[in-house]
Amino acid sequence: MRFKRTVILLFFTVLLVAGMPSADGLRPVEAFSPQVIQHGASGEDVIELQARLQYLGFYNGKIDGVFGWGTYWALRNFQYEFGLEIDGMAGTKTKQKLEKASEYDKGFVQEQIRKGKKFTHYGGTPKEQQVKNGGKEQTGKKENEQKDEGTPAEPTAVNVPGGFSQNDIRLMANAVHGEARGEPYEGKVAVAAVILNRVESPTFPNTVSGVIFEPRAFTAVADGQIWLTPNESAEQAVLDAINGWDPTGEATYYFNPNTATSDWIWSRPQIKQIGKHIFCM
Amino acid sequence: MIRWILIAVLALAVGATGIWGYQEHQEKNAILVQAENTYQRSFHDLSYHMDLLHDQIGTTLAMNTKERLSPQLADIWRLTSEAHNDVGQLPLALLPFNKTEEFLSDIGDFSYNTAIRDLEKDPLTDGEVNNLESLYDKSGEIRDELRKVQHLVLENNLRWMDVQLALATNDKQADNTIVDGFKTVEKTVEGYTEGNLGVSMTGTSNKKHEYQFLNGENINKKQALKKAQALFEVRDASDIKITKSGDGAEVATYSASFHKAGRDGYMDMSVKGGHPLSLIINREVKDPGISLNEGMNKAEDYLKDLKMEDMELFQSSQYNNVGVYNFLYTQEDVRMYPDSVQVKVALDNGDVLGFTSRDYYLNHKERDLPDPELTAEEAKDKVNHNVKIQENRLAVIENDSGEEVLTHEFLGVLGDDTYRIFINASNGAEEKVEKLQGAEAKFDDAV
Repeated sequence: MRFKRTVILLFFTVLLVAGMPSADGLRPVEAFSPQVIQHGASGEDVIELQARLQYLGFYNGKIDGVFGWGTYWALRNFQYEFGLEIDGMAGTKTKQKLEKASEYDKGFVQEQIRKGKKFTHYGGTPKEQQVKNGGKEQTGKKENEQKDEGTPAEPTAVNVPGGFSQNDIRLMANAVHGEARGEPYEGKVAVAAVILNRVESPTFPNTVSGVIFEPRAFTAVADGQIWLTPNESAEQAVLDAINGWDPTGEATYYFNPNTATSDWIWSRPQIKQIGKHIFCM
Repeated sequence: MIRWILIAVLALAVGATGIWGYQEHQEKNAILVQAENTYQRSFHDLSYHMDLLHDQIGTTLAMNTKERLSPQLADIWRLTSEAHNDVGQLPLALLPFNKTEEFLSDIGDFSYNTAIRDLEKDPLTDGEVNNLESLYDKSGEIRDELRKVQHLVLENNLRWMDVQLALATNDKQADNTIVDGFKTVEKTVEGYTEGNLGVSMTGTSNKKHEYQFLNGENINKKQALKKAQALFEVRDASDIKITKSGDGAEVATYSASFHKAGRDGYMDMSVKGGHPLSLIINREVKDPGISLNEGMNKAEDYLKDLKMEDMELFQSSQYNNVGVYNFLYTQEDVRMYPDSVQVKVALDNGDVLGFTSRDYYLNHKERDLPDPELTAEEAKDKVNHNVKIQENRLAVIENDSGEEVLTHEFLGVLGDDTYRIFINASNGAEEKVEKLQGAEAKFDDAV
């Protein structure tokens, strides 16, 4: 009986000790997760990769957690200098070499990212000199920040498809949400695809905003429904359309057969119906 | 009696006035919305044109030959005029915005003068290149400031009509985030002085042509259903709805869809040969459990299952918890840019959530590749010497006139930007210069 109790006690002690280092954030060795990091990835591993490459002086860009071209060339240069296979991917060997050659002050990096400060992570320079003042104002945000403590810092940048900004995507999501919020997902992608097909078409304006705000083009714009806040599925649908998905088969018009008032629209060659909308050329 | 008639007439008059008033009100609102939309359009156009202007100037920096530079500069000239026009449409008359307009006209003058000059005899001087570089920096700053304003406008549903009112009445109380934003833009430009005075959308603008390369026997609805069932991974075929495309379709397709248990799917497959052209599966995607790299392997396996051989990854991007992969067909190690396929993978468990191969089936064929007449070294010589070349290979692209050409593809770095440059392998012409887009910083909502 007593033996059992000792075992249980021992067990708990081990648990406690094992749990401790991560609990107070003083884990001595910070290392990558086992994933292979490649161009286009984003997340914590990328933050670490950028910070380590910067520590060694290969990477001079912002530590933003998105594996872009700057990171790619930095990694290749590192692989070249350290005699590794130059493939621009951070696999096991590359990560081991990096971990050996550099230091990564996780606490420092994550804190600066959370605070929204401009900072660098070069080796051999005191940390205090690498933080620029400014960034997020401290007043009134204190509560939020304290809540953030402990949660891993998020990347401060996002991937955007070539030729589009986050604002372009948001504006399109507004239009898609206003026009197709009751539609199935593919119906939303379809509306977004029509907007893009119009941008490409010579008979329509050449900008996303030009197409959306063209007078009498979209009912949601005319009656102000475009200013409803779009949900995530609308933004997803826009991203899919921009990335090349077009369920409509290159349609430039669509209409709802139950509410369409113009006879002309019925004369367009129809391609298909998705949800409530008929798509046509 | 007369009293009752009077009351009835008056009541009618009141009612009529009410209806009339309501109609007037409706009309006024409709016109307000329309006026607002016009402002919004100009504003978003302005910020889009500034985006594009910045990219185009950046691309110019990496160009070398007259054949590319002159049209590029002409395009910049056109964009400045468009942007200038957009500014003119906004109710900013009461706001000092002239510095920005001057800046735009400076770029306009510069690009016009250099575009009409014979750059063969009289190439860009170092001073002009320096000037271009400072224009590039400045336009980048303006773009960023405008994007910030744009973000605030979209996030908080700001109205230009309110700005107009605020400006007209000089009302300090009104929310004038837009006004403040534009003042910041103006300040940014002030740093640019006249003393300094001394580049396109990435997507290939495919010329529309027929799907000539779809092959195989026509399939019927039953076969289509079977294929769709396999691709959707749905157990019960009766959950899938199949329709055939109408007369307007460029290529006859079967469209299949299902909605079940939180999963929606939609796909098109060609009637001829039953090739899947596009597939979307929508479901909630949880936090990433696998890496972008593992996702790539899943995407590759998927293509193999579809019997698409010799596909090479050309680009991968992670958007939150999905990975989007762009593959190109390669023939004898030459990349075929027109034959592209996109695959979308959920990074929570590696399911394929999307697939589109329209471009592939539109363009794909076995090509007779000529031997390049220029070696990579000779072609490299045609690239702007300021660009540090890192990688090169052979590629087939569609040029501006929509013809497929064999080129030497170079990936190079200039300043902080990476460029993809294509040099024609038979005559050395600079076919295309692209500035590759990096990540965009998230907006700080605390502003």
